[in-house]
Amino acid sequence: MSASTTSSLETSPGTTGPDRPSRAPTAEPTRLKVRRVLRYVVLIALAVVFISPLIFMIVTSFKTRADAASLPPSWWPTPFSTDAYATVLGAGTDTPVLRWFANSMIAATCHAALVVATSALAAYALARMEFRGKKIVFGAIIATLFVPPVILIIPNYLIVGQLYWLDTLIAIIVPTAASAFGVFFLRQFFIGLPVELEEAARLDGANRWQVFWKVVLPLSRPALVTLGMLAFLTNYNDFLWPVYVLFSPETQTLPAGLSTLQTANAVRYDLLMAGAVVASVPVLVLYMGAQRFIIEGVSRSGLKG
Amino acid sequence: MATTVTAPRSETVSDDRRGGAPRRRDINSVGIAPWLFLAPYLVLFVAFVLGPIVYGLYISLHRYDFTLPNKPFVGLENYTDLFTPGSITFSSFWRAMRATGIFTVFSVPLLLVVPLVIALTMNKKFPGRNLFRAVFFAPYVLGVAVIAILWRYLLDSNIGLVNYYLGLLGLPDDTAWTTSTPAAWFALVGVTVWWTLGFNAVIYLAGLQDIPRELYEAAEMDGASRWQQFRHVTLPGLMPVLSFVTMTTIIASANMFGQSYLITKGAPGTETRTAIYQIAETGLRNYQMGSAAAMSYVLTLFLILLSLLVFWLFRDRQTPKKQKAGVPLQAAPMMLRQGRG
Repeated sequence: MSASTTSSLETSPGTTGPDRPSRAPTAEPTRLKVRRVLRYVVLIALAVVFISPLIFMIVTSFKTRADAASLPPSWWPTPFSTDAYATVLGAGTDTPVLRWFANSMIAATCHAALVVATSALAAYALARMEFRGKKIVFGAIIATLFVPPVILIIPNYLIVGQLYWLDTLIAIIVPTAASAFGVFFLRQFFIGLPVELEEAARLDGANRWQVFWKVVLPLSRPALVTLGMLAFLTNYNDFLWPVYVLFSPETQTLPAGLSTLQTANAVRYDLLMAGAVVASVPVLVLYMGAQRFIIEGVSRSGLKG
Repeated sequence: MATTVTAPRSETVSDDRRGGAPRRRDINSVGIAPWLFLAPYLVLFVAFVLGPIVYGLYISLHRYDFTLPNKPFVGLENYTDLFTPGSITFSSFWRAMRATGIFTVFSVPLLLVVPLVIALTMNKKFPGRNLFRAVFFAPYVLGVAVIAILWRYLLDSNIGLVNYYLGLLGLPDDTAWTTSTPAAWFALVGVTVWWTLGFNAVIYLAGLQDIPRELYEAAEMDGASRWQQFRHVTLPGLMPVLSFVTMTTIIASANMFGQSYLITKGAPGTETRTAIYQIAETGLRNYQMGSAAAMSYVLTLFLILLSLLVFWLFRDRQTPKKQKAGVPLQAAPMMLRQGRG
């Protein structure tokens, strides 16, 4: 969310909303100034209140056990303490947060890669190739966008069990990777690419795979990154599925592990906040670095097509 | 494009394509190439989406206890039980459906209106706009586990910030936000609005920016007030986006799970235990998978009917031209909002 991303996020001049000067030609400049200042005041106040729970989470994670449970709440940790992190990240506990962290990162990374790879291949076939049954395949994929995921919980649990994947990270990585959204999203993007480049490559003798690998994918980097990012976030944050398919302390992902941490340390809010901060760091870093991709991806999903 | 040029292939493209519609032709029509491209996805799709939909139906027709050797066929018994007062599953299922209903009814209107107000406030170019947008979206990127653990602390009836600041304002400072109703409902709805409003606000904002500025200028020439502009320019222009947001918000709310599981743990009793929570507990903790599968099909039917209703409500008012292509995408970011609400 730095200034560097600002300019690229602005929409083109023609598509912005109503502009202030043209709205009320009779209004005097002072009124406009007041209104502008007022908007900043309101927005800043709102934003501060809005973000304050997250700030308090970070502050509390650096408090001592007693300080975290005392009133009135202080917005600065005195004394400043890293005990909570030492406890939570320390080895030998039955709440190995570092292990969970690694599990989550591995699972989400593999999941995102799998989603992007399978969706891109399928989307390319659906965007650029003609074959029998194409409409049926595409229709079936789109239809599942409307199927609420709840319907898959029970049967997938049994399937994962029969594959001996219960209590392993594969159960988190694979079953949710058939992303109808991913196929739809990338197909739209591929259709929008200029077909001439692909044709030129074909004329040069490239086969379909080479065209896909050397022409289409490099051109699609923004879309692939966006999808990968969203898949990573979704998997990293997923809660219901890991809670039920992972049992052992050492196979948990962070969200599922945090819930066991909560059960085991119901009143150790310093520990809980430290765990929550650890869990937030990767997504917040990702968000700050790739805010453009994430927000644009979300906002487009409502409009395109 | 590092491919070396080989001899021209016989099935190369004809040159007349520039003239016609931009469609691919002959080059693509033969071979198993498309199926090779599709194969990895289709394997996952059949094994973990299409297959399970059918398999779930099969399970729901059996007394399918994970821990028992026999899983006898019982026909529609699991379904009829859900509609027979006094059966084992009846009361727990409908209590959970009621909980989901209450949550949806109170959270959806807030999640439609509050983000719209925020989006309207930010629908102008001003320095720092993207920073504000990023701030309002920020909680959404965090997982439900993080926000639920955080809010359970903030809502703690003794040492929580919420009660402390309510006390400073002279309001009751001993509300049991996580263990009593209706307070628990306020807590669940409030936390969810805080958590997810950024998602809807970002979509609204993009929709607002798509409304042609000339429309506002024309309205102003005609002497329309700000309210009239909102009513007759903004709102109609936003209709497709509004229908999308309504649909996804309802679905997401109806799938609420984590907040209830972590913040209230279903308390008091199982009053705030949602339908998804009940299904998961029935099937994956008590291993009554037949009943749980039947529940998930009934819930799905409800959701589909609800979606059709919303769709129909908006269909009447939408301008026909945008309608066609918009349909499949209505539900697209379900992936993003799974289990949130």
